[in-house]
Amino acid sequence: MQHFFLDTTLGLIILTVLEALAMLVPLLVGVAYLTYAERKVLAAIQLRKGPNTVGPFGLLQAFADAIKMITKETIIPSGANRALFLLAPVLTFGLAMMAWAVIPTNNHWAVADINVGILYLFAISSLGVYGILIAGWASNSKYAFMGGLRSAAQMVSYEVSIGLVMVSVLLAVGSLNLNDIVLAQRHVWFALPMFPMFVVFFISALAETNRAPFDLPEGESELVAGFFVEYSSLSFGLFFLGEYANMFLMSGMTTILFLGGWLPPVGIAPFTWIPGPIWFIAKILFVLFVFIWVRGTFPRYRYDQLMRLGWKVFLPFSLLWMVLTAGFLMATGLLPHSGS
Amino acid sequence: MDQTVVRSESIPKVRPAGSAPAPVQEVRDDVETLWVSRETAGDVLTRLKRSAPTRMMLFDITAIDERQRTHRAGQPDSDFTIVYHLMQFDRASKAPHREVRIKVALLMASLTMPSMVDIWPNANWYEREIFDLFGIHFSGHPDLRRILTPPTWTTHPLRKDHYARATEMKPYDLTEDREFAEQEALRFNPEAWGMQRRSANSDFMFLNLGPNHPSVHGVFRIVLQLEGEEIVEAVPDIGFHHRGAEKMGERQSWHSYIPYTDRIDYLGGVMNNFPYVMAVEQLAGITVPPRAEMIRVMLAELFRLASHLVFYGTMSQDVGQLSPVFYMFTDRERVFEIIEAICGFRMHPAWFRIGGVAADLPQGWDTLIRSFLDYLPKRLDEYEKLVMRNRLFKARTVGVGAYSLDEAIEWGITGPGLRACGLDWDYRRRHPYSCYDQLEFDIPVAQKGDCYDRVVVHIAEMRQSLRIIRQCLDQMPGGPVKADHPLTTPPPRAKTMHDIETLITHFLNVSWGPVIPAGEARACVEATKGLNSYYLVSDGGTMSYRTRIRTPSFAHLQMIPLISRGTYIADLIAIIGSIDFVMADVDR
Repeated sequence: MQHFFLDTTLGLIILTVLEALAMLVPLLVGVAYLTYAERKVLAAIQLRKGPNTVGPFGLLQAFADAIKMITKETIIPSGANRALFLLAPVLTFGLAMMAWAVIPTNNHWAVADINVGILYLFAISSLGVYGILIAGWASNSKYAFMGGLRSAAQMVSYEVSIGLVMVSVLLAVGSLNLNDIVLAQRHVWFALPMFPMFVVFFISALAETNRAPFDLPEGESELVAGFFVEYSSLSFGLFFLGEYANMFLMSGMTTILFLGGWLPPVGIAPFTWIPGPIWFIAKILFVLFVFIWVRGTFPRYRYDQLMRLGWKVFLPFSLLWMVLTAGFLMATGLLPHSGS
Repeated sequence: MDQTVVRSESIPKVRPAGSAPAPVQEVRDDVETLWVSRETAGDVLTRLKRSAPTRMMLFDITAIDERQRTHRAGQPDSDFTIVYHLMQFDRASKAPHREVRIKVALLMASLTMPSMVDIWPNANWYEREIFDLFGIHFSGHPDLRRILTPPTWTTHPLRKDHYARATEMKPYDLTEDREFAEQEALRFNPEAWGMQRRSANSDFMFLNLGPNHPSVHGVFRIVLQLEGEEIVEAVPDIGFHHRGAEKMGERQSWHSYIPYTDRIDYLGGVMNNFPYVMAVEQLAGITVPPRAEMIRVMLAELFRLASHLVFYGTMSQDVGQLSPVFYMFTDRERVFEIIEAICGFRMHPAWFRIGGVAADLPQGWDTLIRSFLDYLPKRLDEYEKLVMRNRLFKARTVGVGAYSLDEAIEWGITGPGLRACGLDWDYRRRHPYSCYDQLEFDIPVAQKGDCYDRVVVHIAEMRQSLRIIRQCLDQMPGGPVKADHPLTTPPPRAKTMHDIETLITHFLNVSWGPVIPAGEARACVEATKGLNSYYLVSDGGTMSYRTRIRTPSFAHLQMIPLISRGTYIADLIAIIGSIDFVMADVDR
């Protein structure tokens, strides 16, 4: 018996599009409300009220902002390279969306449950720097240019340690499949045995998403707005959404790699009643809250200090941990066999 | 403030060998005032700087257009007088305080003065200012350009024959040629700023930081020559906030100028009224009653708190911390509640009057202040944890933008920036004015003179201000808040309906303005950001003949290139934040 959705090409395409939409629409709404949540949380930290006029508790603020952003005029500086200038935000936004193809929200719930999932994620998030670099260069503005340069250096530096952290996790799991990575945490979340790696990963995630205290590429008090200083209207909006989508993505990766994805904290009765996706979302929200909390608390690193932290602290440390992990697994015979 | 006769024994020390004795001018303040000739001035200043066992700071240089002045008996002929104001800084707290004023007469035929940049590096900006506003040329000056007015400006506004009001000049007409010239003048040319376009190894990048930038605290421009992120050279450009406050002083009555002073350091409020009214009181010979003195000190310290809270918050924001500034502005709001209850205004109360303050304290002022005094220390303790003990904040500020004590004195740094270098020098202690001699307070110091230490000193000063305010609260004397003197403005009204003399004085002082006796006096206070001094010349009129405002921020900004060379852009932002300036205070 042929199944339309699973066995015909057209059916598969339609199914994939529907799956992608089921993923992206909640994601975009989530991103919109993440901006609202960030403003509310920061306001609470700073003894302010935050948005409270548009809709009940200011809940419609996100939509008001979106309408404002869409209806404003797009200004392209006369000295800018038009094509690249417009490509940059699309690239940032597009990549931030694409990455979600492999993220599993429940057991085998992913648009593409591929075996090299984590490799794909790593590749996509590495490409993210191009959006910023292109924006910084194409704007033909010195502040944007410096923001772009800072960003490129920063993302490259921190990707190295993120990569090494991932390798440590992969060693323990024995698979590049994100689904397998989560299932490997049935007994204990990797955040516990690999706590230092968890911390390194989280801090690198802050750097990777250009968040405080690593918000040097935009560094308000130094570079005004950094690489997107020349952007306006929807082109700015795409950057904005892309940045927040990236925050979601990094939180998702943290959740999958270290916080047991959709798994409940302990596999016993009251916890297992709650469906997996709810756990997954709850964990992402918690990580996002920490992102915002950090922003409300810390000053910004200086460029050279950030580099020193990345190359002289995180890189040797994560390398050492990777070797230790491998050594430990070899010595105890716990090293998982390939293809398991 | 009693009139002190100039100490004669100090004169031989400064007299160059073989020349005629320097004529001593009698003034109404306690500053030794000597006239020297143009040729010997450099020699005298050098001797004063080098021979003194203690350190002399070039506190201020200014000029006076003497051409319309009538009361100058006993002074040498002069069309323009250059005035050098020196102040002594030394470690021993018992050493007598000494200030010297050196005057040089210039005639219209040759308005040239040798530059003193070789003796004191901070003469640079002061001489440019005089060149700009008076049109006096300084020979040997390395960079004699206009500083406060735009480069396309053609006149010298502080000259007496220059118009003071818009109604005295023709309407502005922007022709096409003129527009083109103005546009051309905006074109950036690194050579004109003393910068090379490239070195042997690399092309430099020029970054225009400001005048519109989130962390330059107003309209301040710094042109940066960069190699990567490293600053090769930084050249400050000021004057965007210049509004001719000194010129206005010559067209406002002594009384109606008070609100203008509020807006010099707009975070300092009545702290600006303070030196101005004290200088006028010295000229008029008014003794202020004790209650008024204490009210003044209390309000000045409240404004010091308000200003330092803004500094604290913006400093942490400049290094990227988002939240503290909100807490500190909330606390500042508490300060403003008190100020509003007393003065009726918040930022610019213009509350001091010649001879006292505008009105007595309102009922319940003491409970209002007392609750605040109990509230703030706890908050300061919390901020200590959030900001000062934050490792990232330390990483960004410790060792950044440091200067030594010698450099500080060489460049005219005063206030918290000086005390952060380890010198416990506070004008309130060295030369007690108002009722500071009756109050107990410590002078906080730090040792390294970097950004972090400047913040440390600011915070410790806030605690001392709280201590001073508490003493004012406990010791507030009774009595009038205005001096019983004919020149007090507006005079006490109680007797106006009983005798004609008081009524006439009241009528004249309110309608025409008080006539202040001819003379010269300066008054200086330890303002929020450093030493703020008003040097007033009265020609026996209802308006000042010359109002010179020496502000700390002007001197402090001049030092930015020295401490920012070789640092990163982010450090420059931290340095700017830690210097604690407002542009209104720089440009006046």
